[in-house]
Amino acid sequence: MKKALNRLLPYIIEYKSILILLIFAAVATNAFALAAPSISGYAIDFIRGKDDVLFSKILQILFILGAVYLANAAFTWLMTYFTNLLSNKAIEKIRSDAFGKLTTLPLSFFDTRAHGDTMSRLTNDIDSVSEGLLQGMTQLFSGIVIVVGTLTIMFLRNWIITSVILVITILCVFVSKAIATRCAAMFRQQSSTVGELGGFVEEYIGAQKVVQAFSYEEQARTKFREINARLYTCGQKAQFYSSLVNPTTRYINNLAYISVGVLGGIAALAGGLSVGTISAFLIYATQFARPINDMAGILTQLQSAAAAAERIFSLIDTKPESSDKNLPELLSGSGEVKLENVYFSYNKTQPLIEDLNLFASAGKTIAIVGPTGSGKTTIVNLLMRFYDIDSGKITINGQDSMLVKRDSLRNKFAMVLQDTWLFNGTVRENISYALPGASEEQIITAAKKAHADSFIRRLPDGYDTMITEDGANLSQGQKQLLTIARAMLADPEILILDEATSSVDTMTEQKIQKAFLEMMQNRTAFVIAHRLSTIRNADLILVMKDGHIIEQGTHKELLLANGFYAQMYNS
Amino acid sequence: MKKLLKFLKPYRPQLIIGPFFKLSEAVLEILIPTLMAMLIDNGINAGDGGYVIRMGLLMLGTATAGVIFAYICQYSASLASQGFGTDVRNAMYEKITSLSHSQIDRYGSASLINRITGDVNQLQNAVAMLIRLVIRAPFLCIGGLIMAIIIDLKLSIILMIVIPLFILLLFLVMFRAVPLYQQVQKKLDALTLILREHLSGVRVIRAFSRSGFERKRFKTANSDYAETAIRVGKIAALTNPATTLLMNAAIVAVIWFGGIRVSVGSLSQGEVIAYINYITQILNAMIIVANLVILYTKAYASAGRLCEILEAEPQITDKNEQKEKISTRAKIEFKNVSLRYNQGGDEALSGINLSIMPGETVGIIGVTGSGKSSLANLIPRFYDTSGGTVYVDGIDVKNYALNELRNKIGIVQQKSVLFYNTVRDNIKMGCQTANDEQILEALRIAQAEDFVLKLPAGLDTFVSQSGANLSGGQKQRLTIARALVKKPEILILDDSSSALDFKTDRALRDAIAQFTDNMTVIIISQRVNTVRGADKIIVMDDGKIAGYGTHSELCQSCDIYREICISQEALEDAV
Repeated sequence: MKKALNRLLPYIIEYKSILILLIFAAVATNAFALAAPSISGYAIDFIRGKDDVLFSKILQILFILGAVYLANAAFTWLMTYFTNLLSNKAIEKIRSDAFGKLTTLPLSFFDTRAHGDTMSRLTNDIDSVSEGLLQGMTQLFSGIVIVVGTLTIMFLRNWIITSVILVITILCVFVSKAIATRCAAMFRQQSSTVGELGGFVEEYIGAQKVVQAFSYEEQARTKFREINARLYTCGQKAQFYSSLVNPTTRYINNLAYISVGVLGGIAALAGGLSVGTISAFLIYATQFARPINDMAGILTQLQSAAAAAERIFSLIDTKPESSDKNLPELLSGSGEVKLENVYFSYNKTQPLIEDLNLFASAGKTIAIVGPTGSGKTTIVNLLMRFYDIDSGKITINGQDSMLVKRDSLRNKFAMVLQDTWLFNGTVRENISYALPGASEEQIITAAKKAHADSFIRRLPDGYDTMITEDGANLSQGQKQLLTIARAMLADPEILILDEATSSVDTMTEQKIQKAFLEMMQNRTAFVIAHRLSTIRNADLILVMKDGHIIEQGTHKELLLANGFYAQMYNS
Repeated sequence: MKKLLKFLKPYRPQLIIGPFFKLSEAVLEILIPTLMAMLIDNGINAGDGGYVIRMGLLMLGTATAGVIFAYICQYSASLASQGFGTDVRNAMYEKITSLSHSQIDRYGSASLINRITGDVNQLQNAVAMLIRLVIRAPFLCIGGLIMAIIIDLKLSIILMIVIPLFILLLFLVMFRAVPLYQQVQKKLDALTLILREHLSGVRVIRAFSRSGFERKRFKTANSDYAETAIRVGKIAALTNPATTLLMNAAIVAVIWFGGIRVSVGSLSQGEVIAYINYITQILNAMIIVANLVILYTKAYASAGRLCEILEAEPQITDKNEQKEKISTRAKIEFKNVSLRYNQGGDEALSGINLSIMPGETVGIIGVTGSGKSSLANLIPRFYDTSGGTVYVDGIDVKNYALNELRNKIGIVQQKSVLFYNTVRDNIKMGCQTANDEQILEALRIAQAEDFVLKLPAGLDTFVSQSGANLSGGQKQRLTIARALVKKPEILILDDSSSALDFKTDRALRDAIAQFTDNMTVIIISQRVNTVRGADKIIVMDDGKIAGYGTHSELCQSCDIYREICISQEALEDAV
């Protein structure tokens, strides 16, 4: 928890002035809140009985009381306002930093971590830091001010009664702490069961069609009922025990209240205590017990917030891609690519690519074929430097790709992947993603070359049509055409294409293929090939198996060699 | 709502006992300030020490009884609300599993998941609050008011003024803040969208070197969100000080006018103190009531969402009547079948007539949206036809018990769905009683045996959430094995080899052909190569059958088929 706090501190200190105002407001509001019962107590002391009321005094006191109440309200407002301002500002900064970090992390981070987990770090965890740590802190701080202040005032006015209240309160703290500890364990169990149930539901309802296809409904229901029954058992206990806290607190408050009445009464009878003081004590007794009892809750809240903060900071602390600040740009050239003795594996215990050699001279089409999992996409990852090679050398236009700026390297490429990615923006914005500030004419030319212009014009708002989340309003083929247009606009030296278009209809597929062919003219192109036409016309075919290039050559050469490729082709 | 009230019935005792004891507790609690007033007036002011002690003990007894009553209430509340929630969840899940595909499509699985978790929770909370607070808070409010009026009617004019003001204030804040909260939620959604896009599109973003742009985009959305949140905070920050101020103003007024009342002798000092206590009590209770109003509007919306599901009639239900058989040799027969997914929508299928003989292998080919999958989905009765009849073994599919019908059929869907479980248990879903030998056989046919045996724990390897530890092709092969292990009479492969490379695809088809002597096989695909070896090929176009025959027949007779072939360059190899 301390560690998380240390990391949070700089974000808070950035808004020093707000923080100082916040602390000032918190102290002030609580001080006024504390003073009020004493003042009203004085006023009540002047209401003694029939014809024994000192109105002039009361009026005086009431003016002061009114001023105190007003000040209290004003400072409460300021305190809440500053807390809110501070937490939102700090959170904005943390979230921005976390996202900024994401943009510098190596691709392996995205490939190996569950996206849901990263999402939840940037949303849920940050929220719980904002709610728990920042707002919880204010509460904790206010609580301390109230407790210390009340105790001081009460001690000053009557230390005997105060001691008795203190003893009762401490007793109660132990009781409520005992309940809270029991609750914490039960809540943990409950939330893990809730998680289990949620996971089950997500999985089985998401796959409801499969469940029905295999007549698996009854088994699924039985499983659900079983988890649900466990949830009932721990949920009921958690709810019951946690709901004990409230009445118990109230009981304790009542005990303190009654003690003040009785002890105060006896003290008053013995002389030396006014009824007004008793009235003030009665209010203090209720005021004082509450923050102490709340403390247990705030502490657990703080703990869970600290855990969330740790998760965020572990993201922010993840090692980024090595810096390329001082490296030169990759110069433009013909688009010649060379791989020499390249070794690479995702997982050091499982060697994947070993001693890979390949030369793609400018303007040639290189087809990569091979069974699933043979390492075709890995080549793309290495060319684009999404992953760094373990040893060997990749040169582009004669420059070592490890020794140039990543952005300048990637700018030489354009890629069209099977997994079409479009963002939530207009068609125009999506196409010009490759070349910010492209002119209307350039965009339309690119779209035309990609055979996308005609369908775009038929969309409700043409080029201004918004692409909804994940491109749900476009067909798979249309999305693919847009990504091709995007790559066209980039006008790269080197192309990377993943041809697989398994879920596209034949007509669109023909268009896509035409667009592909147009793009490949006069450019070095790496094509993960699925079509015979591409393969047959390629200048070089790489046959991959288990991370190795086992054969390479032209279509004819490979058929003649009668090896793995010929076997594959004839199947 | 009636549907939901039914779930409260078993908890009637708790629903009566809980509020009863809560009410008793509230009565006792309301008594305490009055007892304290008596202690001050008759004990302290009258100088009677014994009275002070007696009253003290009485209050102690009252408080103790109160806390015991409260415990009883909380216990009833936990039993009733958790029990209610559990029952509703069970009922919801049961209902959802009985919904037809088109109903699930309509609600969307994300929404169904939210309903069964979030919405049920909301209601569960509402039930707990019903028992714990709904009776108590208004009671404390009204009770406090009555006690205050009993103490002094004239002084209560203050309350008559303050309470309406208080209500007005709460409503004002609520009306201002609620729409803003919705805005905050929307801005948060926008932020999440950018984040999600970044996670899924990181390769494209890096490839086009647009990280800087993305950072800027996020930053704009982020500060937009923060600004709105701060704006809501400003309004919300007013609630607490404003209500407290109003309450305190009432206290000031009570002291002043109370002073006047005391001075004319119609009120005592202790009563003024008690009066102040009641005011605090009333206004605190009103804040709770305001929160309850918010809670119940939310719960009401949730209840509506739950009822929508609970009241949905499953469209496809077991009939299991005596089965009339038509005389036919065909395994599967479509008679003049049409299908519409939405009433008033376009026909997804129309005028389909078709007979598939036992043991035949039939390929279905056609462009996206031509009705291939729709056709296949009618056989296991995932959807009901809008017109015409589908027969399996000569019996109308509507006259089968669903289990009986679906047990005859193994279907492999386009999207490979596996469960978070071991490979073995995933395959066994097809056939509960399958032993390892049978599982391995199915894996072998599905071309999955090699890679499964190479997995770290073989058959016991856990398939991670949504199969993330397997490649697309591997997942597809496992789903095929799952359908094969039940040795179905009819096997439907719905474009389920799209992620396989040509070699594996070919080996798979050969193995299936060998294994499936008596099995009727339906293969749906976009690839000519996948269906060309079939006994018969159905060419679908715009919901109609555009061609029916063998590969070479269709190459001659069917234009659409020929077009598909040309585009896939399979024609030349055919002739």
